[in-house]
Amino acid sequence: MRIVVIGATSAIAEHCCRVWVQRTACDLLLVARDASKAERVAQDLKVRSPTSTVEVATLDFLDATAIGRLAERAAASTPVDIVLIAHGSLPEQRLAEADLALCRSTVEVNAVSPALFAEAFAAQLAKAGRGTLAIIGSVAGDRGRKANYIYGAAKGFIERYAEGLQHRFAGGPVAVVLIKPGPTDTPMTATVKARGGRPAPVEEVAQTIVRGIDAKWPSFYVPARWGMIMLVVRNLPRVVFNRLNI
Amino acid sequence: MRRMSSWGRLSALPHDVVELSDRATVAAALARSRPGIAYGLGRSYGDVCLNPGGTLWRTAGLDRLIHFDASTGRLICEAGVVLRDIQNLFLPRGWGLAVLPGTQLVTVGGAIANDVHGKNHHGSGTFGDHVLSIRLQRSDGEEIVCGPAERPDWFAATVGGLGLTGLIVEAELQLRRVPGPWLEAETIAYAGLDAFFRLSDESHPAWEHTVSWIDCTSGGAGGDAGGDAGRGLFLRARPAAVQQGAWRARRLAMPVSPPISLINRLTLKPINQLYWWLNQRHLGPRIVHYQPFLFPLDAIAGWNRAYGPAGFYQYQCVVPRENAPAVIASLLAEIGRSGAGSVLAVLKTFGERWPPGLLSFPQPGTTLALDFHNHAGVEALFERLDALVVAAGGRLYPAKDARMPRAMFEAGYPRLGEFVRYRDPGISSAMSRRLMGG
Repeated sequence: MRIVVIGATSAIAEHCCRVWVQRTACDLLLVARDASKAERVAQDLKVRSPTSTVEVATLDFLDATAIGRLAERAAASTPVDIVLIAHGSLPEQRLAEADLALCRSTVEVNAVSPALFAEAFAAQLAKAGRGTLAIIGSVAGDRGRKANYIYGAAKGFIERYAEGLQHRFAGGPVAVVLIKPGPTDTPMTATVKARGGRPAPVEEVAQTIVRGIDAKWPSFYVPARWGMIMLVVRNLPRVVFNRLNI
Repeated sequence: MRRMSSWGRLSALPHDVVELSDRATVAAALARSRPGIAYGLGRSYGDVCLNPGGTLWRTAGLDRLIHFDASTGRLICEAGVVLRDIQNLFLPRGWGLAVLPGTQLVTVGGAIANDVHGKNHHGSGTFGDHVLSIRLQRSDGEEIVCGPAERPDWFAATVGGLGLTGLIVEAELQLRRVPGPWLEAETIAYAGLDAFFRLSDESHPAWEHTVSWIDCTSGGAGGDAGGDAGRGLFLRARPAAVQQGAWRARRLAMPVSPPISLINRLTLKPINQLYWWLNQRHLGPRIVHYQPFLFPLDAIAGWNRAYGPAGFYQYQCVVPRENAPAVIASLLAEIGRSGAGSVLAVLKTFGERWPPGLLSFPQPGTTLALDFHNHAGVEALFERLDALVVAAGGRLYPAKDARMPRAMFEAGYPRLGEFVRYRDPGISSAMSRRLMGG
């Protein structure tokens, strides 16, 4: 099984890789910004699964040309079975409000960059006539909230974008999967935990994501209870919603 | 700030939690946020992993494997790797950890810092006996690599060093060859402590694992409950000759904390009675999977919540062999008189070898461990137990402790004076302030 993981040093992506290699030997391409961190992840996966091959590629995540070349190269020798686009960055909302550069990079990292990767790999999967493209969105993309709307808006973009890709590949051989995790116990959610939130264990989240990708679920929440919670949040009338401190 | 507890749930005070997830940035994180203390999975019972109002360096994200040599069984990994994951990954390849404590849900770093032991202590010693090397990050930026041969003084201070000599970033462990997950086990009912010591002695050469449950409500050695006096179950196991079978972990959970402790003065005796009766059908030899045998409580996630919102204490002591029969009898009699006590009273005889750490808990002798729900009067009981343990030349296990007096710690750990020279001034825990004054 050939799998390409974008943002492979993110905790969720890394744990998905662990689930994959523990099931069967895989041919993995880890794409990351930080080479030495990615090497540490690769090393770990090779100890877990000595028969897997793990390769690391690093590039600028906003360089459209480099991203296009990477996708071509990744699909050149063997067709890709799964592409998981997992990178993201959750700044403290107040800081992103005060610092426009941070505001811009939040949108770039969480919306523009995943779209570039998705577009580049969608072309390769379409050419091969097979494969699953999975993108990690977020419950934060379901409705703009004062606590995280810059990040949330970028994640909302991912949802519309995935929807469009699904329309494009409807009935076709390429599957597009949108994953919407709730807060997960990773370094990204330190502020959630500080506020007393109980994020889901990353191992369980990864298990569910791998299952969803296997089953090609078009869109799903992890853990599943977030589906119910967000159903309520999305449908609260504005007069009520705007009075809530969430 | 985030409310953090240890396994005993005696407190849930705010901590500044720093998540460590990349071993390359640990030095910088420590320099930025000291003083603090490492926190793994929070499975120690008392305050060894707590630092209220200060920093906790959470190591759960440092969970990468670095290298495994399949010919020698040497594994290098980060300190946040969970023992369960090592077992699950390497058992199918014929390797396993040499020492496993009563739960496999602890990190490698925690297992080293508390120098944990298991039911095979008499043959295999402590966790630290199988550590080949430790990479220790000091909060001032210095990195120390130590092992039994390399800088052995630092190794002796760090194994069982309660996390106070620096942050353990990586360790190299010697795994051992394991034929498979199945054990040949035997449960023997006994009456009286003499029978326990006899069973222990006769089992130790041939049985890898031994442990005993004792009914602490049955009146100790010479108590008041007639024929049941000091009744218990002696469990022993060794690798089974035939390694086959299907096994599925049973997963139960205690999802919420009841408003009062489910284990209390009224329920204690019936629960012990029930445990005794349930186990009557398991008497004799059988083949069991190592997990339910070694980690019976891991089957119930969050079992510590059963003690209610006030939490619980575990009292685990070791007393030297020559005094053990008499002292254990007195301890059980004292507990019996108090009406408090434990469903999980555990007795085990340690092996003769001394552990590698300056502050390691095990010593030749017998260890007794009991849980007590947190209630008025429990401290008075502990003080009476302390007096018996100290008089016998015994000591308490810091990994389980939340309240022992400083004088008792100093008496029980005569090498403390050597140890303090290796402390990292940028590391401090509630326990270090309580027992070492800083």
